[in-house]
Amino acid sequence: MNDKLYRFLLTAAALAIPIVCGGVVYALVTDAYAAFEHFGFLKFLTSSEWSYTEGAEQYGALPFITGTLMTTALALLFCIPFSLPVALFVGEYFKGTKVASVLATVTDLLAGIPSIIYGLWGFYTLRPLIMALNISPQGSGVLTASLVLAIMIVPYAASLSAEFIKMVPNDLKEGAYSLGATRAEVIRRVVFPVAGSGIFSSYILAIGRALGETMTVTMLIGNTNNIPESITSTGNSMASIIANQFGEADGLRLSSLIAIGLVLFLITAIINLIGKVMIKRARIV
Amino acid sequence: MEPIIPILEFKNTCVSYTKQTMAVKYVSAAIERNTITAIMGPSGCGKSTLLRAANLMHELYPNIRVDGEILLNGENILSMEPIDVRRRIGMVFQRPAPFPTMSIYDNVLSGYTLNGIRLAKAEKDATVERCLRSVALWDEVKDVLNKKGTFLSGGQQQRLCIARALAMKPDVLLMDEPTSALDPIATAHIEELMQELQREVTILIVTHNMGQARRISSKSMFMYLGELVEYGDTATMFSNPTDERTRAYLTGKMG
Repeated sequence: MNDKLYRFLLTAAALAIPIVCGGVVYALVTDAYAAFEHFGFLKFLTSSEWSYTEGAEQYGALPFITGTLMTTALALLFCIPFSLPVALFVGEYFKGTKVASVLATVTDLLAGIPSIIYGLWGFYTLRPLIMALNISPQGSGVLTASLVLAIMIVPYAASLSAEFIKMVPNDLKEGAYSLGATRAEVIRRVVFPVAGSGIFSSYILAIGRALGETMTVTMLIGNTNNIPESITSTGNSMASIIANQFGEADGLRLSSLIAIGLVLFLITAIINLIGKVMIKRARIV
Repeated sequence: MEPIIPILEFKNTCVSYTKQTMAVKYVSAAIERNTITAIMGPSGCGKSTLLRAANLMHELYPNIRVDGEILLNGENILSMEPIDVRRRIGMVFQRPAPFPTMSIYDNVLSGYTLNGIRLAKAEKDATVERCLRSVALWDEVKDVLNKKGTFLSGGQQQRLCIARALAMKPDVLLMDEPTSALDPIATAHIEELMQELQREVTILIVTHNMGQARRISSKSMFMYLGELVEYGDTATMFSNPTDERTRAYLTGKMG
């Protein structure tokens, strides 16, 4: 093949991605514009009305922003006690052993399970359990969705954290041991502080995953368009309201859904950007 | 006259990484109190491995076996708690590695914080000053104690690491090629410092620099293929080695 042609094709293929990405943003902005124009940008974000009575349509994103933030925060909270030990096990305690690589592989496998499967498991196993334990009468809700979401983000947080824990120089650990430190002290005073920003960034990326997760949340959150009163209440996340209503929506309602999508896109993009920047910084140390 | 108990004594010490290969073979040697003893030998002769056995570093790696005895003031450290041994036998490594998340001040005190020992503020200040003075770093860093230790030059970092080890008031200080990553001026500083330090602590130093061994140590060991070939007064060993292998190494025929 001719060299010039080859370079042209390569450039064209590489440029296609940013062009598509730009197109997505453009489409989101133009389609969301009607909602923002009708309700006002801030009003749209802070209103908790979601009613599609004809002639008196009111759409506000606050219940869904709240739903997303609640599920994400809870998922993160539930995820830490599982992902951090896995990361320590793989990256420090049993570093380089067969057990560690088996555990790491199994954890990574969790990331490959389709979210619909998690949704089904949550719906048919966890939801009845929540009801049986009298935690909430309907079983579904923010808590149920968050628990499953937590399992889903464990592999993202754990495998990246483990990499950063592995990167802590042996010189430093041996230096600490040579002063008479116990393993627990070495982890607390040397491994965590040194790997800290890396571990933090892996959780930021896990948050990025949790924010946009749609299928599992839609199946488990209960799909009510109100601000969840407590963690056991039902609600909707930004992703789940779109998944629930996009098929039957048109006009202002569709525009409002797309506006929610745009906001979600922005939040996720910012979170991922922060995570990426932090990872870059952490690698230099 | 009662026999003097050596501060540190290797008795038939063996270290093996795998069942077949022994990195250190039946080394026996008594280290004299308040001396500098150099361990020399070509790369891979087991000198670092022997040194690391003395503060139980090998216990961090489950596949490494240490046999025989290593006596600290007559007590076998191989049957003691690693934590207790390491507080009494400090170690300085090849590459200076102050804790990057701690200030200079906190680095000196890291032995205490890592062991969960709390000190009063006055005691902390006194320890930091004493240790930094004994490594001749105090005047250089006294105004920047809250800066990170990693801002210092390589030689200063290594002196900080020595200060960190001295803070625990060890009986013995093990040094694993402490100047091999440093420039000649920083090396000279550290050597001078070691001469001072031997008054308060017994130093066992691994070095592949024959000049260094000759300059600073009063006793020398020569190791080859895991065996302790020769051990005696440094001056005698350099002028009149008894073993042919020592002679070959010291005259540069083997290295």
